[in-house]
Amino acid sequence: MATSLQRSVTTLDGQDGTPLAVGVRNLRRAFGDHTVIENLDLDVPTGQFVALLGASGCGKSTLLRILADLDTEFSGDVRVASRRAVAFQAPRLLPWKRVWRNVVLGLPGRPDKTHAVAALEEVGLAHRANAWPKTLSGGEAQRASLARALVRDPELMLLDEPFGALDALTRIKAQSLVEQLWQRHNPAILLVTHDVEESLLLADRVLIMKDGVIAHSVDVTLPRPRNVSDPQFVALRAELLTWLGVGDGDGVGDDPHQATPAAGRIPPQDAQESLPKRTIHS
Amino acid sequence: MTTQILSVEESATVHAPDPVVSAEPYASAEAIPARHTPTLVTVIPSTSRRRGVPRWIRRPVGPLLLLLLWQIASWSGSTSTELLASPWTVVTTFGDLVSSGDLPKAIAVSLRRAGTGLLLGGSIGIFLALVAGLFRLGEDLIDASVQMIRTVPFVGLIPLFIIWFGIGETPKIGLVAFGVAFPLYLNTYAGIRNVDSSLVEAARTVGLSRLGLIRHVILPGALPNVLVGFRYALGIAWLALIFAEQVNANRGIGQLLNDAQEFQRTDIIVVCLVVYAFLGLTVDAFVRLLERVLLSWRPAFSGA
Ligand SMILES: Nc1ncnc2c1ncn2[C@@H]1O[C@H](COP(=O)(O)OP(=O)(O)OP(=O)(O)O)[C@@H](O)[C@H]1O
Ligand SMILES: [Mg+2]
Repeated sequence: MATSLQRSVTTLDGQDGTPLAVGVRNLRRAFGDHTVIENLDLDVPTGQFVALLGASGCGKSTLLRILADLDTEFSGDVRVASRRAVAFQAPRLLPWKRVWRNVVLGLPGRPDKTHAVAALEEVGLAHRANAWPKTLSGGEAQRASLARALVRDPELMLLDEPFGALDALTRIKAQSLVEQLWQRHNPAILLVTHDVEESLLLADRVLIMKDGVIAHSVDVTLPRPRNVSDPQFVALRAELLTWLGVGDGDGVGDDPHQATPAAGRIPPQDAQESLPKRTIHS
Repeated sequence: MTTQILSVEESATVHAPDPVVSAEPYASAEAIPARHTPTLVTVIPSTSRRRGVPRWIRRPVGPLLLLLLWQIASWSGSTSTELLASPWTVVTTFGDLVSSGDLPKAIAVSLRRAGTGLLLGGSIGIFLALVAGLFRLGEDLIDASVQMIRTVPFVGLIPLFIIWFGIGETPKIGLVAFGVAFPLYLNTYAGIRNVDSSLVEAARTVGLSRLGLIRHVILPGALPNVLVGFRYALGIAWLALIFAEQVNANRGIGQLLNDAQEFQRTDIIVVCLVVYAFLGLTVDAFVRLLERVLLSWRPAFSGA
């Protein structure tokens, strides 16, 4: 049975009284016999930056698609902020619309170019406002897709591996851009990633998804900008890697791709090295 | 191909490291396996590739050569002018037909038939494709019937059309419309159904309504296919017209052809064929222009 997102105007408060941008209870999603999400609970307070880690195929994208109202074949109680925006791993820009028209696509009223250019300015892409999407580089296209999410002034941003296809250097820039944008506009963010370091650099809270539920949650209270060589950072990374089954103590998992725990990335999404020392400047 | 082989060296003189990563680190330099020297090719930049005769001069050379051969064959008497008039005769006949007004009148009549049929059949085809492509119910009701009817060869309908519509303009326009509707239906329908579903999803996440989705995502996404269908349709429109006008016509290029056949005027026949070909080319150029304008967002592959 399809259960539609409840578009009621209720607000929801977490345990400590802060309003929630996401409140999920008892979520279940199965594809035929294959149950991907079972009994999942998740709260994301407004303004919190949450990273979601988990092995490939554990259902991270499925969860995100449910929160984005793209998948309605679930059961359970799902509440999400009404103003939300999504950025996918691929930028998914309409190739037949110029970049600025893509940015303001779906906004009510006539397409407003100044509005679009202002959002593109924030991601450093104002000069490409009139370009066709197919002429953008991978990183530029991804920034355009961030601008499209931003222009909606979302209370919740759902990001599914938005940096997955970028090279290492571009990714560092994009990460710091997302952190800046988050600090400026303060939406709640749910970021799906494969990169343990990335999650620790950016998130207030890192969740690990396993066997259809949120198996572990780590609050990251390190001051920003964070440094990967900080001993606390290193300890957290080791903890997360252990939870993911690739930690130093745990040895190497079944997947031969996971044989590089030091790199801090689970599957090799790309061949780029992660730089040994990096800081996010904000 | 525009690459050029510089050297083909069989004997290995330089040792390059094996790119295959081996589990064991190399113990010494001797352990590095030998490889053949790679053969280098020069990659020529397209700016220098384009040098030489420009395309608009190169392209007509082939047809002109053919014409020349044909004229020479007629002069030398190796082709009988009874069977095929010489190019020069064709040119003078063309002049006569134009000055007498026969040819322009025939062209106008044929063009109007083709245009009306195209408009009628095209509208029907695209309309049905929209209904079938956008709505599940429409697909169930329309697609099976269209797929069935399209297997009927439209030429076979001529006798039926004559019985139904007599010998006026209607059966000719009807035949063109019938032939044209299917390629437009099939391509538009396929175009709608092949729109990238990830783009549709992305558009839904930005809050586009169903109508907005159709207008901003589905129709523009289907447009390349619609234009392909349009090109097919134009080809079929001419074909249908030639058939229809030859069976029964009192005006039009087909009738001119028929008369020429009766009087064994191969020169007129050739003029008519050339006119058909020329009109076809013109219309094709128009569609290309349309594609360039409407699909300017698409960095298309323009041929090697
Ligand atoms: N449409 C579908 N039909 C059937 N099975 C599906 C479908 N979509 C996803 N699945 C399955 O659900 C499981 C979870 O998929 P999901 O895409 O959520 O994984 P993921 O955690 O995002 O993985 P990755 O990190 O590789 O992106 C996978 O086993 C996948 O095969
Ligand atoms: Mg995924």
